Amino acid sequence: MTFSDLLTQDFIVRALVAAVVTGLAAPSIGTYLVQKRLALMGDGIGHVAVTGVAVGLLTGTSPTWTAVVVAVLGALLMETIRERGRAGGDVALALLFYGGIAGGVMITGVAGQSAATLHEYLFGSLLTLSVSDVWTAIALSCLVVVVALGLGPQLFAIAHDQEFARVAGLNVRLLNLLIAVLAAVTVTVAMRTVGLLLVSALMVVPVATAQQVTRSFRTTLVVAMGLGTLASVGGLVGSAYVSFEHEVNVTAGPSIVLLALACFALTWPLGTLLRRRRRLAEPFAAVDPMGHELAGDHPHVHGEDCGHLAIQHGDHVDYVHDGHRHAPHGSHYDEH
Amino acid sequence: MGRTPVPDPAAGTVVEIVDGAVTIAGRPILRGIDLRVHEGEFVALMGANGSGKSTLVHALTGLRPLARGEVRVFGTSLDRFRDRHRLGFVPQRSGAASGVPASVWEVVASGRLTRRRWLHPLLRRDRTAIAAALDVVGLADRAREEVASLSGGQQQRVLIARALAGQPELLFLDEPTAGVDLPNQQALAAALGVLKERGATIVLVAHELGPLAPLVDRAVVMRDGRVAYDGPPLADHEVHGPLFGEGHTHHHAHDTAAPAPGSHVPHVSGPLDSRGEQP
Repeated sequence: MTFSDLLTQDFIVRALVAAVVTGLAAPSIGTYLVQKRLALMGDGIGHVAVTGVAVGLLTGTSPTWTAVVVAVLGALLMETIRERGRAGGDVALALLFYGGIAGGVMITGVAGQSAATLHEYLFGSLLTLSVSDVWTAIALSCLVVVVALGLGPQLFAIAHDQEFARVAGLNVRLLNLLIAVLAAVTVTVAMRTVGLLLVSALMVVPVATAQQVTRSFRTTLVVAMGLGTLASVGGLVGSAYVSFEHEVNVTAGPSIVLLALACFALTWPLGTLLRRRRRLAEPFAAVDPMGHELAGDHPHVHGEDCGHLAIQHGDHVDYVHDGHRHAPHGSHYDEH
Repeated sequence: MGRTPVPDPAAGTVVEIVDGAVTIAGRPILRGIDLRVHEGEFVALMGANGSGKSTLVHALTGLRPLARGEVRVFGTSLDRFRDRHRLGFVPQRSGAASGVPASVWEVVASGRLTRRRWLHPLLRRDRTAIAAALDVVGLADRAREEVASLSGGQQQRVLIARALAGQPELLFLDEPTAGVDLPNQQALAAALGVLKERGATIVLVAHELGPLAPLVDRAVVMRDGRVAYDGPPLADHEVHGPLFGEGHTHHHAHDTAAPAPGSHVPHVSGPLDSRGEQP
């Protein structure tokens, strides 16, 4: 069997579909979390969902659905705590994280399940998905993406400026809870892809990468969704390739997260460069110079591509020149 | 520009608060507030830090619940008021930088929310209103830029454009001139002048009026949570005179006795306590 044969195997196709839908859904809601400065909320929900998975293992029901229920409850609780106690919100969230993971490990033990079972959920197990797992992932991801894009204007408004949104008549509390619920649903979808402990990476890292080069919210959202899909498909195919050709055990979940981080590492210098160039090209304030001051001896002739930065200053251009600003004036240059 | 201290009795009341009181975390902040703003008026709410002027605007916009009394907007109790597109609000500028970049156009576009239907795309009239609002504040050429890259004064103008995009009949502004340089204050005054000419009612919180002074029809001075003066506009220095303030203390002084701006409540709490504030 060659590697391309492997890619047509059913279990790989199921994994690819799941990777695509999680890659789209996680950054779509992650953008709103980052906007609200709640980048770690996905982590918190992930920890709480561990208890949900354990409850599923204990009761013999589908861990996905018990995880959805517990994660949604945890997210609602977190949102309520965050909303009410501004000073102690982060401490309360921390308490919830630890409770979630400790409860999950303990209940898994009580259920007589091994740590290996829980491991599947903690770090993902893309290659063992059943057909119904995939359909669940598709349905939940569609829900998240449709709401995140469809209610975009409303969710943007509450994430950007709550006071304004409330006066505009939006039910800010309800929409905040909606974001929390969508985040919880995303966590459970991504649980099988990258695992509960790495979920937040897929929600946050593509957004952080996108905003290195974007200047608007909508572009950030769309680019992040593209990057998320790229990372999850690339991580899956890459890990499968390395495992297949070199007979080492490379798991998909961590590969996806590391690929997303690599994208960030690559765009970061680009973003720094773009921001620096934008800063330098910013027009000077249209303030008239204090007087007519000649630029002294000036053999160099400024012009297009003369090697000096040309920047708009009111109705003319100033050339940045060894810490001075030279403006052409007839046959000489003025200090501006 | 009409400086009528007694407004035309024929003009309707646009917003009123009757026997209003606001309590924050159990402490009475505003007491016995009666205020009625008439159609087309430009009212300046003035006073020292901690006098309750911002709290009053928050009460009038529904951001703070009343402990007693009632706010009525266009004749309807604020709790039941649904025509949100008739209201505009410019909050005090906080650090405009949020986690994700947002363009000037996007922020101004969110001002159309009061007039847009859910799950519907922007219509041509929405785009026209957004462009017009950007024009009024003189930022049409910056529309595609990131808000956070603008200066503080320009960001304030963006927030005003956002309110204008909703084409409100009644506009509240919370300290729009705070920390804004003179050219930006002038741009702001020009934008509010346009709105006033269109017949909008404006209620504005300000420390100092500066270039806005010629627009003001009526001044309301707050002192320690009560209305201390309500009448013809005052010059900036009069507001803080002996009658309304604490003598010669300049209102920018770092008065250690005054609570931190925006809190009014001594900070006594444990890590998990709710501060008792309505979020």
